[in-house]
Amino acid sequence: MSEMLRVKDLHVYYDAIHAIKGVSFDVQEGEIVTLIGANGAGKTTILQAISGLLKPKEGEIDFLGENLLALPAHTIVRRGVAQVPEGRRIFSQLTVQENLEMGAFSRKDTRNFSKDYEMIFEHLPRLKERRKQMAGTLSGGEQQMLAIGRALMSKPKMLLLDEPSMGLSPILVQEIFHIIENVNKTGMTVLLVEQNAKMALKIASRAYVLETGKIAMSGDAGELAKDPKVQEAYLGG
Amino acid sequence: MNVLSQIINGLHIGSIYALVALGYSMVYGIIKLINFAHGEIIMVGAYAVYVMLVLVGTPLWIAVLVSLLFCACMGMLIERVAYRRLRNKNAPRISLLITAIGVSIFLQNLAQTIFSSSGKSFPNVMPQGSIRLGDAEISALTLITLATAAVLMIGLQLLVSKTKMGKAMRAVSEDAGAAKLMGINTNVTITWTFAIGSALASIAALLYSSAYPLVTPYMGSTLGLKAFIAAVLGGIGSVPGAMLGGFLLGIAETLAKGYISSVVADAIVFGILILVLLIRPAGLLGRNVKEKV
Repeated sequence: MSEMLRVKDLHVYYDAIHAIKGVSFDVQEGEIVTLIGANGAGKTTILQAISGLLKPKEGEIDFLGENLLALPAHTIVRRGVAQVPEGRRIFSQLTVQENLEMGAFSRKDTRNFSKDYEMIFEHLPRLKERRKQMAGTLSGGEQQMLAIGRALMSKPKMLLLDEPSMGLSPILVQEIFHIIENVNKTGMTVLLVEQNAKMALKIASRAYVLETGKIAMSGDAGELAKDPKVQEAYLGG
Repeated sequence: MNVLSQIINGLHIGSIYALVALGYSMVYGIIKLINFAHGEIIMVGAYAVYVMLVLVGTPLWIAVLVSLLFCACMGMLIERVAYRRLRNKNAPRISLLITAIGVSIFLQNLAQTIFSSSGKSFPNVMPQGSIRLGDAEISALTLITLATAAVLMIGLQLLVSKTKMGKAMRAVSEDAGAAKLMGINTNVTITWTFAIGSALASIAALLYSSAYPLVTPYMGSTLGLKAFIAAVLGGIGSVPGAMLGGFLLGIAETLAKGYISSVVADAIVFGILILVLLIRPAGLLGRNVKEKV
C-alpha cells in the first residue's frame, strides 16, 4: 500500500473561531478510512479544505505528493479527488443524465462516457430508468446515489463522502453503505465522514475520532468499535 | 389602428424588452445580482453602432459586429472590475447592488462627457417598406426585429439546454459550490454569462435605436427598467420567463396606449405587474425553490 492523502497539522478558522486545531491523518491507497465525530466536530470543514472550497490558515494537504492547498477548487477534481458533499447537493433543475455529465465536466475523453454511464448504472441500477428525469424529482436515497454516481463520473482516484447516510431510512443507509463497499472493491480509495459511527466503523479499515476540531483517537476501525469510550460516546453505549 | 396591428406593435417592442430582460435574468440567476448597469450596455451598444456608421463610416454589418463585441467585452470588464472582488470576499448583496448602480451612473456620465448630453440621431439603416397581413400593416423593421429576436432566443435556449457551457451555467446558478466540486471554473462561467447577456443587449440597442432613432446617454435607464420589470414579471432567473415577460409587457403597454390612454399606460402596465406578483410572487415562470430533505 502506498500513501495517497496526507493531511498535516491542519488549522482552519471561521473568522475568529478556531474550527480545526491541528488535525493530521493519512489515507493509504485502496483503503476506506472514516472520520467520525459529533455534529460540529469539524468533519465537513476538513473535507471542504481538501476540496479547496475553503482555505486553511495553516497546515499541509498532500495528495499523491502534490500540495492541494496551492490549487483553486475547480482544479482539484482533475487531480483525482472527487467529493460527494453533505446534503447531496445534486443539481435539481438538471436531469439525472446532465448531473452525471457535470460530474465528468473536467474530462476530455467524451467518447468513453457511455461506457462509464453503464459502469455507474451497474452500481446504481435505480438511476438508469430515471436518466431523463429532473434530479429534483428523485427520492432522497436516489439523490444520494446520483451524488455518488456524479462524483464517480470524474474517474477519481479517491472519493470523499460527507455524511452519505444523512436523512435516509435505515434500509437505504444499508444500501448506500453496500454501494460504498462495492465501489471500494473496484479499487477506489474512500475517505468517509460520518455521524453514523456504527455503520462507518463496520465498513472502514481505519478510523479517526474527531472531537471539537482535534483528533481524539485513531486506529483500526474494528478495534475502535470495541473501545468503551467510543462505544459510550458514539455507538449508544 | 386595429387590434392586430396593436398586438404586432406590442410584439415588436416586447421582443426588444425580452432581449434585454434575458441579460438581467441570466445574471440574476447565476450570481443573484440585479445588474443595474445592464441598461447602460444598451446605450453603449447604440453609441458603438452610431460611431461606426456615422463617424467611421463602416458598413452596417461591421458596425453591428463591433458593437456586439464591444458590449460583450464591456459586460465582462464590468464583472471583472466591479463585481468579482466583492463576490470573492463574500460582500453582502446590497454592496453589489450599490456597485451596480454606481457603474450605471458612471457609464451615463462617461457617455455624456464623450458625446455631450444632447442626443445623436441614429442613422436609418433598416430597409423601408411594409407588407399587409389582413387589416394590419407590418413594417420591414418590425419583421426584422421579430425575426432577429426569435433567432437569438432560440439560439440562447439551445445554448443553455444543450451545450456543455450552458449546462455549467445552470449548474453554477443552482449551486456554485457543488459546481466547483465538479471542476467547473465558476468565474469563467459567470464571465461568459455577462458576455452573452451584453451581446444580446447590443442587438437590442440596434433594434431599439432603429425604431426610436435618438441616442442619448440616458436611453438605457428607462428601457433597462422596463426590461428588468419584464424579467421579474416572467420570473427572474428563468430564461423562458424573461422572453415571456418581455412580450407580455410589450403587448400590455401597446394595448394600454392604444385603447386607454398613453398618459396612464405605464401606470396600467405596472399595475399588472403588481397584480401578477401578488398572485405569483416568483413571477409567471419563476420557481420558489424548496429543498427536498
